[in-house]
Amino acid sequence: MTENQDVPILKPIRDVGIVGYGAYIPRYRLPAREVARVWKAGTGGLSIEEKAVAGLDEDVITMSIEAARNALDRADIDPSEIRAVWVGSESHPYAVKPTSTVVAESIGATPHTQAADWEFACKAGTEAMQAAIGFVGSDMAHFALAIGMDTAQGRPGDPLEYTAAAGGAAFLLGPAEISLAVIEGSYSYATDTPDFFRRAEEKYPEHGERFTGEPAYFKHITSAAETLMQAMDSSPSDFQHVIFHQPNTKFPKRVGRLLGFTDEQIKTGLLVPIIGNVYAGSSLVGLTAVLDVAEPDERILLVSYGSGAGSDAMSLRTTTLLPERRDRAPKTYDYISRRTEIDYATYARYHGKITMK
Amino acid sequence: MEISRHWRLKRQRYALIGEVCPHCQKKIFPPRDICPECSEDARTLYQFSGRGEVYSYTTVYQAPSGYEANAPYTVALVKLVEGPMLTAQLTDLGDEPIEVGMPVEMVTRKLRSDGERGMLVYGYKFRPRLIEASE
Amino acid sequence: MTMAQNAKTPNDVLIIGVGMTPVGEHWEKSLRELALDAITALRTDTVWVRPQALYVANMLAPYLSGQTQLGALLADFAGLRGIEAITIEAAGASGGAAARQAYLALASGMIDIALVVGVEKVTERTSSELEAALSTSSDADHEAVHGITPTAQAALLMRRYMHEYDIPDDAFAGFSLNAHANAVTNPQAMYRRAIQIENYLNAPMVSEPVNLFDAAPLADGAAALLMARTDALPESPPYPLVRVAASSVISSTVALHDRSDPLQLESVAESSAQAFQQAGLTPGDIDFFELHDQYSIFAALSLEAAGFATRGEGWRLAQDGAIAKDAGIPICTFGGSKARGDTGGATGIYQLAETTLQLQGRAGKNQVPGAKIGMAQCLGASGATAATHILCREDGP
Repeated sequence: MTENQDVPILKPIRDVGIVGYGAYIPRYRLPAREVARVWKAGTGGLSIEEKAVAGLDEDVITMSIEAARNALDRADIDPSEIRAVWVGSESHPYAVKPTSTVVAESIGATPHTQAADWEFACKAGTEAMQAAIGFVGSDMAHFALAIGMDTAQGRPGDPLEYTAAAGGAAFLLGPAEISLAVIEGSYSYATDTPDFFRRAEEKYPEHGERFTGEPAYFKHITSAAETLMQAMDSSPSDFQHVIFHQPNTKFPKRVGRLLGFTDEQIKTGLLVPIIGNVYAGSSLVGLTAVLDVAEPDERILLVSYGSGAGSDAMSLRTTTLLPERRDRAPKTYDYISRRTEIDYATYARYHGKITMK
Repeated sequence: MEISRHWRLKRQRYALIGEVCPHCQKKIFPPRDICPECSEDARTLYQFSGRGEVYSYTTVYQAPSGYEANAPYTVALVKLVEGPMLTAQLTDLGDEPIEVGMPVEMVTRKLRSDGERGMLVYGYKFRPRLIEASE
Repeated sequence: MTMAQNAKTPNDVLIIGVGMTPVGEHWEKSLRELALDAITALRTDTVWVRPQALYVANMLAPYLSGQTQLGALLADFAGLRGIEAITIEAAGASGGAAARQAYLALASGMIDIALVVGVEKVTERTSSELEAALSTSSDADHEAVHGITPTAQAALLMRRYMHEYDIPDDAFAGFSLNAHANAVTNPQAMYRRAIQIENYLNAPMVSEPVNLFDAAPLADGAAALLMARTDALPESPPYPLVRVAASSVISSTVALHDRSDPLQLESVAESSAQAFQQAGLTPGDIDFFELHDQYSIFAALSLEAAGFATRGEGWRLAQDGAIAKDAGIPICTFGGSKARGDTGGATGIYQLAETTLQLQGRAGKNQVPGAKIGMAQCLGASGATAATHILCREDGP
């Protein structure tokens, strides 16, 4: 299959939508200037203000549980009807033993359920969503829960340390008729592009510096977005909101302009300046922030990016069910405004960077 | 390494699932199978809301082994809105002062790590309510 | 046998000798050596008769010394191989509970002479392991798993007490001042120095609002009692006989949160009431009270639950000086756990040994003038178990 060929978008047999959604962002914030202070870097080019940091008793499991509970509170369904609990992350607490079984148990989805962890760098969460769309869309399940959540790690002193943050979101996929936003269509684009990776057993990831830009982030996002819009006969102006994976402030703004979106369309879902890059949760918390404020019958384009590399693009349309449901659980900004600033030493302790043995 | 005892308690630990006495309707947490009120069998599962208030609280500085990495931490007696009281840590306190009577809500967090190689134990903790009016 | 014939009933149970080691950091002594020291002290204190049974009071040996079967271990080590010997464990109430078992055995007629030894060896491990061991006295599944410690539980009670009753910041200071004042003249005490109110007020917090002087220091120690039934006394002991006028052990919930009113120590109330009833006495008859002052809040709550103060007023007895050894209701006359030192499961045996010395008139500078009736009470954790004994001097009332 060549690049230019017309590609059908992913479209399930029965229409699927988001029945409930939930964000989670931990309360601690590490300002970028604090990282710069420690590593004697200048503060002129800092791409974000501050990033969200998980507390000592938090990890991808606990954060996923809270986001999942928020999604369930909004959906107001019996959790035993959830037939899949899928958690995408690159910081699962266990190397072997699923995050998803603990989450499923905590929300009452066990035992009649699928449970699995997904891994594809920063698009593990949207990958789980794609699978959930297929699971519900094929009628194998009435409800499937997809979560993207991370407590991202950056090597001390590495540029990643300014942005690698903690947070994410959960989406309960179900029949379109009872959804607060319907999935109009989706598309995935993947190639072998090693822009960023972490070898097994290693604590911190490696990245290809400038190689992470053009051939990686920009190529995959633009390809995914353009293919989806073309196949759906849509153009950027048809969408009220667009959300891209946001590793820094610059990339999503630039890719938006490349595709023909305005800053206004990007604005609501651009959280990276105030929470950092939450990896597998990055584009997904952008989506929760949009759903927190969007009007019914608005169109939203979501394009994730995962290193290694690939992008999932989804087109959503909100429904009249959205306004009443979003007030049933804490909103994205309820978490963002709950903020306790920490210094680098506290951050180092919270992230296990102080060796206790 | 302890595994089975934590596994056995996962429902109550992760999600505050207790019991309700079918005879006198008393809500029971932690679950104990014999109603402490009327001494009848009580094994009907009951999902607690997770909302309560601080009955008392203090800080642990000298932590038992297995808990040192989190010290100092705050522990409390929390009175659930359904009636029972339980012991739990308070978390995500930030700079907010704690007070007796403060409304709190349940979150599931890491309680302890059984060494570097052992299992992670998850369970209930409480935090100041995220949204004031979430009653 | 003359004194034995003075006993009120033929089956009265007596304490005929005591032995104690100093409380402190006994780096050079093992668990068994400490116990033997207490038994040796006892043997030189009184007429020694080979006991038929040994009851060992201990709380932490399985965790800190990796040792169970203390009954057999200590009987063998003390030259008593072959006798009936078991361990009684009820956390901080182990001592009182072991004395109760000896009392029951003697009163039943099955045993004539019983040795009760309380021993705790806490300096074998570092502090975090010690805290973990102490936490085993709470509900492992529902309290200890949350990282709670006995000190934190005392703090939860104290905070609530301060919240419910409008009391001054120094309300509990009197307990600590009294304990330290009394310990000055106790040769077995760990802290033989008086403290001033300024020391208390400036003390660092160990678990707010519990400060360093609200919490007893845990230390090594062993104490022993020789108990006999009056009709089985082989010869007259050298001191006035001390009779066990009442013995009661009552349990409550292990978990603090399972109590409908945590500030009401139900086990203490019930055990005290039962003891008063057995002895035919009221709180007003008690000349001194060796209560469980592991934390100062326990002292206040015990005084209230046992009937010496009304609810919310226990602290006033300390502030008014009523607990001093020459005042209305002297407590912790040898320094209590606070200043003598907290010996965990051995606490109840120290209390009974000290009560015996008071009633025999052998308390030296710690003597409560004219002491004829003394009460001793120890608690497991924050009152999951309460063990109460009332002792009377035989030529007393």
